[in-house]
Amino acid sequence: MSHDDHHHHHHSDHDAIEAPDTSNSDTALLADALRLVLIDKGVFSAHDVQDQLSLMDTRSDRNGAAMVARAWVDADYRAAMMADSAAAAKTLGYDTKGTPLVVLENTNDVHNVIVCTLCSCYPVTLLGPSPEWYKSKAYRARVVRDPRSVLREFGTDIAADREVRVHDSTADMRYMIMPQRPEGTAGLSEAELASLITRNGLIGVAEL
Amino acid sequence: MSVAHFAVGDRVQVRNLEVEEGLAGHMRAPVYCRGFTGEIERFCGIFGNPESLAYGRDGQPAQPLYRVRFRQIELWPDYRGAAADTLEIEVYQHWLKAS
Repeated sequence: MSHDDHHHHHHSDHDAIEAPDTSNSDTALLADALRLVLIDKGVFSAHDVQDQLSLMDTRSDRNGAAMVARAWVDADYRAAMMADSAAAAKTLGYDTKGTPLVVLENTNDVHNVIVCTLCSCYPVTLLGPSPEWYKSKAYRARVVRDPRSVLREFGTDIAADREVRVHDSTADMRYMIMPQRPEGTAGLSEAELASLITRNGLIGVAEL
Repeated sequence: MSVAHFAVGDRVQVRNLEVEEGLAGHMRAPVYCRGFTGEIERFCGIFGNPESLAYGRDGQPAQPLYRVRFRQIELWPDYRGAAADTLEIEVYQHWLKAS
């Protein structure tokens, strides 16, 4: 299943610094208790919950991947996406509900990466629920002041002559990275291209 | 509603309203960029003031919002990356002054 395939890949990418620090919060405990009560009462099953979580995960970061794949093959779409990213998302059926979106393009000269140092702002519509490490204090504090080291922990080594540009997403915009199209993909279909695009690539902690 | 005072490429300094005006509570301009000078990368639109919205008020007067680009070696004295590395962050107009 495609879900398992790309999730297997993601986990190996970010296990090293994944550090959930909210699992015992009051909110988390309340949500757990409510879920267990609803399962006990037969409103839904534990499998239903897992299926729904899987669906949210896969459906959402595939949205961002579909946008980028379209932009790779369609110059007009790419131009529209760079001019008004939220409007371009909507033309593919992804509605950010009025939240402005900015797509930032990686080039031979610039590598972009996203963080929210204030909390965990993230383009959920296009990337799904954010990974635990994105919300961790370690990522938020470190990637702004030492991005190259953090990127190396993700296996992403950016050449010294290429600018690393960190985008701190603390206000009203939401960001997604347009990774560089990998070499040797000229013959691939749009769907095949989309399958190459990882969530971490869309955050900017990985290249493709 | 405030009018946008800055244009792309303008040099701006991030104010410290916590010190200048005794502002307290919810603030979106992180401490790490206060006092530093950067360049307007783009105008993002006009948005409710989060320092008001955070407390259930109306966010007025709404504030022009900009993306400001800083050089990393200026933000962090011990920065270990390349000299050309940058950081961009959205800052509301009332936190900015011409530099």
